[in-house]
Parts: sequence; structure tokens; C-alpha cells
Amino acid sequence: MIVIVDYGLGNLYSVVNAFGVIDCRAHISNKIEDLRKAERIVLSGVGAFSNGIKNLKDMGLVETLHEEVIDKGKPFLGICLGMQLIARSSDEGGHREGLGWVPADVKRLEVEDQNLKLPHMGWNDINIKLKDPLFRGIDADFNFYFVHSYHLVCDTPEIIGATCNYGTDFVAAIQKDNVFGTQFHPEKSHKNGFQLLRNFVDYDAAKVE
Amino acid sequence: MLKKRLMPCMLLREGHLVQSIEFKEYLIIGKPRFTIERFIDWDVDEIIFLDISATKENRGPDLEIISETARGCFVPLTVGGGIRTLKDIRNVLKTGADKVSINTEAIRKPAFVTESSDVFGSQCIVISMDVKTNEDGEYEVFLDSGKKPTDRDPVEWAKEIEELGGGEIFLTSIDRDGTREGYDIDLIKKVSDSVGIPVIACGGVGKMDDFPECILKGHASAASAANIFQHGEHSTLRAKAAMKLAGVDVRISTAATYLKHVY
Repeated sequence: MIVIVDYGLGNLYSVVNAFGVIDCRAHISNKIEDLRKAERIVLSGVGAFSNGIKNLKDMGLVETLHEEVIDKGKPFLGICLGMQLIARSSDEGGHREGLGWVPADVKRLEVEDQNLKLPHMGWNDINIKLKDPLFRGIDADFNFYFVHSYHLVCDTPEIIGATCNYGTDFVAAIQKDNVFGTQFHPEKSHKNGFQLLRNFVDYDAAKVE
Repeated sequence: MLKKRLMPCMLLREGHLVQSIEFKEYLIIGKPRFTIERFIDWDVDEIIFLDISATKENRGPDLEIISETARGCFVPLTVGGGIRTLKDIRNVLKTGADKVSINTEAIRKPAFVTESSDVFGSQCIVISMDVKTNEDGEYEVFLDSGKKPTDRDPVEWAKEIEELGGGEIFLTSIDRDGTREGYDIDLIKKVSDSVGIPVIACGGVGKMDDFPECILKGHASAASAANIFQHGEHSTLRAKAAMKLAGVDVRISTAATYLKHVY
């Protein structure tokens, strides 16, 4: 069972539908017992970091998520705000602490070119750094749909799964053991998105060394 | 790099998908769901779905049709028509849309643009304007399917939209609508050059070469059209090929492209 965490932000039905296209049932929930039963967990969202982290705390989900994902090693996918929330901190709306699962911080995109506006919104192509498992089968077209003004700045490059360029190169995807994150929205990226979700579903945490 | 976009416009009138001619005649095409399936498979980047009878019928958006449409849409979906309150926006977004398009209410109450943008984020808020040349031969923004003049210049209104917090502008030329004479490049360029937010141009497409023109000459960020995509084989694929071959940086996602064929 795939559980999509309902923490009050973002359109989660799109994510459910996208999993539906690849014949996977995903459930939207914020119940602890569902997170315990889940085989994989998805944290998706669009919105302010401060609201996201507050909602997760207020709903009492932080400890359970940590136990299920970090302690028990369940495959996890953070989408957009969901990927940012697992960082150590974010500068959005003042400095705030994230879940701290990955050695990275969230900063505002610095775009020097006056012609490039924020948010970074639209289709853009990524540069894949770690092909397996997330980007398997994505070989001809590398465009995904982005909509964000902040990005992840990682301590070291080895967790960077893909980068993208908007005035400057920024992190488009990360991967640390069973924890995956994408700055773009696979559920809005049509075929590439379906392929990525398929790769996430096929990824077996137990088989990886 | 960030790509330019092809964004078909689907017009819903009294529950049916329609084709419009100069905002005066409407020809029924069918149910939205089937058209969306085709579009999604054939390389469209986003879809804008406008309920053009909502304001006239004095009602909000038809959530049932939107929900059905959104279910099959795996690229960003913008929904417009009858959006007047924050509740309308919330409902539409919950039903599956990614962005909303606001036309009449933005003119009636410009503060609504700021309010919506503050609550939902400017990335969700598209402001739509319909423009035609008035009796004095000048561009003017019109409401009510081109019947009601607003005394507003489109460039001034566009700048105001940006200041108010609108995320994007959906610009339709009433003069060109349904005529197949091509985009009103002059209008598109004037508006696009005056603002920093993306402009999506619509109205007048007659041939595939019109699409790259609106980007390259009109400086729009996205090309939209309604009628041409309802007829004509693989029209969106051919539109994408036309854009790519003319040098527009677009996403080509299918193996079946028209890049090597004469269209």
C-alpha cells in the first residue's frame, strides 16, 4: 500500500491519479496506523515551508514518519515541497527547521538574469546524475514540470540525483538510501512522470546493499 | 532551459465542448474527456479549460465536469469560467485543477487578484483578458464575450495585473477568434513586452506556422488555440513540430513526431 501523506497542502488527488495510471493504488491519509501499514510513503505538496512543517507537527506525524522511513527503511518519495521538508532547514518566510533527514538546506533560487522570473514555472529538462533507480527508462526526453521558488542546497553532491538549469544549476532530485525527492511534479509530467513513479514503486529497499 | 509551451484551450458551453467563431457562433464538438485523452498523448504541455457560459448563467464553476476532466489530465490544468470568490478557487483546485483563470471578476474587483494570489500563490492565478479593436480603432479589453467594453487598454491592464500579483496572463484576440487569419502579433507583442509574467496567447490560429510566430515575433511564453485542435490529424503534434523546426525551445515527448515530415 502506498500512502500519500495528507497534511493539508497541495493537490494530492493528482498524485493518486498518476499512480492509478501505472495500476498502483495509493491512499491519502494522515492516520498513524496507515503510515505503519504502508509499504511506501509519499509526501507531496505545493505551498509554504512554514505551513508544511507546522501541519506535520500539529498532526503528530513527524515521529511516525521518522520511524517508518528512517528507522524501518520504507521507500519514501518527497515531491516539491515534500522534498524540501526533509531538509535540515529552509529560509522561506524566515529560518525554519525541517525534518533533517538529508544534509541539505532550502534556499531561495538566486536568478541573476533579469529576464528570468520566479517562480520557476513550466517544463524544463534535467541532467541526470544517478540514473538508477528513479530515472531508469528516461532516455529520450528529459523534461519535467516545475513550479517553485526555492531549492535544495546539498552539503555534498553524492545525494544529488539530477540537476536542472534556470539561470543557475539547482538540485532537481535527490536520493539517499531509501529516501527519494524530486523538485518537479511527476504527477504533472505525463509520461516521464509515470516512468519515475513506476521506478519508485519497483524499487525494493530490501534488495539494495 | 525552461521551455515555451503549447496549451490547447477547451471551451465548455452549456455542458459541451464547443468551437467558437468571433465569440458569436458556437459549434458543439462533444464531451471534454475524450479530447483531453488525445491531447495528453499528443505532446501538449498544459491545458486551459474555460467554461464560457458560467458568468452569463451567473453561476460558479461546474465542479463535476472539472473533476472528470482533471482525472484524465496529467499535465498542468488551468480552469476558468465563473470564478468569483476564494471558495470558487479552493473548490476548483481541490477538484483537480492546478491553476485558475479569472476574467470578469478581475476587472470588476482588481483586489480579488491580490487576494487570490496571497492565499493560493501567484503560480495558481491566471488572469484572462479578451481584447478587440474598438470604434476608434484602438485595442480595448472587453467583457461578456466581447459585448461589454471596459474602457481599459490591454497593456495598462496587463501591467496592473502583474502589480496586483497575477501569475500569468491569458490573452485572447476577439477580432481573430475563429477567423484562422493568424494571431494578432501586434497585440501579443505589445502586451508580452510590457510585463515580466508569462503571457499565453490565443485567438486566430489557422495554420501550424502561426504557433512559432506568436512566440518568436509576439514574445509570448505559450501558444494557445482552440478550434484548430479539434479537427485535423495529430494537430498538436504538428504544432509542436512547427514550433521546434522554427527554432522555438519546446518539449518533444513522443516518438511519433512530425519533425521530419511536411505538414
